Amino acid sequence: MSLMQELNRKALRLGVPLSVHLDLTYRCNERCEHCYLDHQDLGEMTTAELQSVLQQLASAGVFFLTMSGGEPLVRQDCFELIEYARALRFNVKLKTNAILIGEREAKRLRTLGVEQIQVSVYSHRPEVHDGITKVQGSLVRTLDGIRLLRSHDLKVTIANVLMRNNFQDADGVRALAQDLGAHYSLDPTITPMIDGDRSVLRYRMPASELPGLFHNPNLVGDVESFCAPPSPVDDDVREGLPCSAGHTSCYISPYGDLYPCVQFPLPCGNVRRQSFLEIWQSSAQLAEVRSIRGKDLSTCSSCTHLGTCTRCPGLAFMEGNMRGPSIADCEKSFARTGIPSKNLEAKRASSMGPAGAQGLIQIQGVAIAPVVGTVPRAEASSART
Amino acid sequence: MNASYIARSGAVASRILDGEMVIMSAVDSTLFSLNEVATVVWQAADGCTPLSEIVTLRICAQFDVSPNEARADAEAFVEELARHGILLVSDRPMVGVSPHASENS
Repeated sequence: MSLMQELNRKALRLGVPLSVHLDLTYRCNERCEHCYLDHQDLGEMTTAELQSVLQQLASAGVFFLTMSGGEPLVRQDCFELIEYARALRFNVKLKTNAILIGEREAKRLRTLGVEQIQVSVYSHRPEVHDGITKVQGSLVRTLDGIRLLRSHDLKVTIANVLMRNNFQDADGVRALAQDLGAHYSLDPTITPMIDGDRSVLRYRMPASELPGLFHNPNLVGDVESFCAPPSPVDDDVREGLPCSAGHTSCYISPYGDLYPCVQFPLPCGNVRRQSFLEIWQSSAQLAEVRSIRGKDLSTCSSCTHLGTCTRCPGLAFMEGNMRGPSIADCEKSFARTGIPSKNLEAKRASSMGPAGAQGLIQIQGVAIAPVVGTVPRAEASSART
Repeated sequence: MNASYIARSGAVASRILDGEMVIMSAVDSTLFSLNEVATVVWQAADGCTPLSEIVTLRICAQFDVSPNEARADAEAFVEELARHGILLVSDRPMVGVSPHASENS
């Protein structure tokens, strides 16, 4: 067992929220067409409120802190908050589009000891990237920002969200990341908007293209391993937890709302009205999330993919049932292995008409699931789960 | 033991979990988990207290260990963390190096 796995296990046993994703703002200087957020400021927490939250998180044992948005750097107090977080000894990861990163900002992030910076890049071609962000010149500015971050030896991960209009460019972005000395991760996940609006799902990558993506060694590494048939389901899997959301991690919005995860919009409390620890320890919603084991999942509990599926409980929740399948993840499992999930089999059976079956990958109206592959980082004992 | 002073690097994250210190370097993302004794050394690494004093007054006073054993273990521990840039070592007191004097959470 790696040290990171041991750490997660200990945190789970102790009920410690090891990781928190904190969005400082939903405001943004880009207008990405697939974004799940409303960019208006509906009453963000103030500097003092956020500092209080950070103190509470440190006291609760939070170690990994992701500061994100929106674009976090549009907040005038962003660096003040990062500095405050680092003084509280968090491991800070920043998610930004890097447009506002200049020499001074890059140097400051290095001085503050930010561990990693994640930057979204949609394509190596300006017309495609800028077409998605709706900001002319954004790719050039983003890449300039990444170069400055790298010149200060900061670790940068390029997050490549793949959609209908850019999935063909994955290899190009992968090569770009290599040239920049950045890590690369791809993600074919498009989630419904945080208010439940599913219209952005029209940008998702066609499911018929997923097998090509998952069998590309440049993107996923060891294809044989990545696309291996599912392992037999045993008691450990049936008694296992769906994911860390609500168990050792959670999400806090700029307005203080606490959710199990940024992709799991189940309101559990608000840190403006209650202390963080009170919500973490007493929320009925979190208790419900924590009660779910593999064996409790409808359909999935008897699926051959149960032990290896990337099923996202948040996406399942947004599809109507936190104990149900996430159809997008069914499609991913099928695209990887060629073996249909229990849920897809059921849907195929119900869609069989006199004229014959519809193709499995024609199921529409769902999001694609979470990160499928990342380039291994140079970690002695720090593989994140 | 040579007179040496140790200070925590500012480029790390740390947190106590179940009585043991967890540290991650922002430089190379290496994760460390310190046992109870090493945690005491880490917390005392203020740049001003000699390592010999930390061993005598903190380790030997709190744990059932001989001075020689404690000294050898402490030196090996310091050497390893210094190699990763987690601890700074100097033959003189270091003022203002460790930005967070208190390291108890």
